[in-house]
Amino acid sequence: MHMDSDISPPLPALVSFAGIQKTFAAPEGDGTLVAVEGVDLTLEEGHILTILGPSGCGKSTLLNMLAGIYKPTRGTVTYRGAQVSGLNLRTGYMTQNDHLLPWRRILANVRAPYEIAGMPRRSATAKAMELIDLVGLTGFENAYPTQVSGGMRKRASLARLLAYNPETLLLDEPFVALDAQLRLAMQAELRSLARRLGKTVLFVTHDVDEAAALGDKCAVFTARPGRIRQVVDIDLPADRDLMTLRQNPDYGRIAAKLWDLVTRESREGRISHET
Amino acid sequence: MKRSLYFYRLVFGVGLLLLWQVASGWLVSPVYISSPVAVAGRLSELIASGELFRHARITAFEAIAGFLLGSGVAIVVGLVLGRARRLAEVLDPFIMGFYSLPKIALAPLFVMWFGIDMSMKIIFTAAVVFLVVFLNTYSGVRSVSPEQQTVFRLMGATERQVVRMVIIPAALTWVFVGLRLSAPYALVGAIVGEIIAGNRGLGYLVARTTAQFDTAGAFAAIVAIVTLGVLLNMGIKALERSLMPWRQMEDAREVAI
Repeated sequence: MHMDSDISPPLPALVSFAGIQKTFAAPEGDGTLVAVEGVDLTLEEGHILTILGPSGCGKSTLLNMLAGIYKPTRGTVTYRGAQVSGLNLRTGYMTQNDHLLPWRRILANVRAPYEIAGMPRRSATAKAMELIDLVGLTGFENAYPTQVSGGMRKRASLARLLAYNPETLLLDEPFVALDAQLRLAMQAELRSLARRLGKTVLFVTHDVDEAAALGDKCAVFTARPGRIRQVVDIDLPADRDLMTLRQNPDYGRIAAKLWDLVTRESREGRISHET
Repeated sequence: MKRSLYFYRLVFGVGLLLLWQVASGWLVSPVYISSPVAVAGRLSELIASGELFRHARITAFEAIAGFLLGSGVAIVVGLVLGRARRLAEVLDPFIMGFYSLPKIALAPLFVMWFGIDMSMKIIFTAAVVFLVVFLNTYSGVRSVSPEQQTVFRLMGATERQVVRMVIIPAALTWVFVGLRLSAPYALVGAIVGEIIAGNRGLGYLVARTTAQFDTAGAFAAIVAIVTLGVLLNMGIKALERSLMPWRQMEDAREVAI
């Protein structure tokens, strides 16, 4: 089912944002706050899109609208040809917070989606154990989330996400609390898992290197109200090795370009503050 | 570390009793404060005659029955109102009004409504316990992270599954805070009920012995009440430990840091 993006003809977009604006009631007073504005963006099935921008630029808003948690104020979000209305159960969420249930052991946490689907306990346990093995948590299945490290909780959270097997993964700065090495390991694992399982991924980050290393393309956002400054195609091999990517000159070029886009923004930001 | 702590506690307790013994008859008349030796004597008399246990059984029954009734209703109402946001907003000022009322003020009315037998004390205790457990359950349900619920809805969980898998266990921690806080109130309810109207129970024993200037007897009854309170608390802690094993792990982790 999965085709290599380098040689396949252009696929119809799985996800499309068209003319999206989202405003919220301002926390104080009765004004409104524009989170994102004029966003047009498409993503093909099986690709990884990184969404890069400063904190608070409304990146997460896009994920929430794709998950159907709320609707855009203006514009339409389309998923597989149909407008998103109500929760989009084909998507799965993972955020900075792992959202594991602290009263369940790792195994029972990973098993939760199978329980929801009504799978018999024995086969649910067997499948959960496979996923625990896949994310390298074997031996910790009987620990409570509070007993394992932050990185292990991330892995458990990822295993649970894979257990309910959504087509599209919405990842909102999932690795932000991890140290650099662990983060790299998780990024590599995520990319290889997503490729192997043919997942479509929207990955929100404010880390330029992460955006360049993980994505097939990267949408660079401006500060609030968030607009797309540019969508950059990341022409690195689909089966790139994240561990050695830093030595790749193409990677350096792409990261430099993203850095330029991001800092240009803050340079302009500073100028506009001063004037 | 732990051993020296117990040692100092023992020293403090023994010191307090010595001070009491010395002060009795020397600084204050024993009519008012009795003395540890006299209290111990009276306590063993009351135990030997079976009178203490007869009263203690009644008080314990009232307190536990009232506690179960009050907290059971409170947990259900707390879960329901925690989900029904609108209704909770409507009821909020009434709940807070009832909360700020010292429930003891209701005791005479309860006597009028339910008479002076055990059912009155049980219902009164339940009313006292209800609010504390209700408010904790309610805030527990309200504090369940909406994100957490959304994550489960995106997994395809129905409302019932969200309630069963996420909300109830998450609220459980708060329910137990409410239970632990309200356990002493359960005893207050039962004892006040007995003091106001009754001819049985430890509250009645305190009232009767005091009226007869049997100060040692009153203190003996108070010792029994304290014991009952401690036992009640230990029971709740044991229940908490068996129902929420993950909490223990968290505690252990905190200690390890």
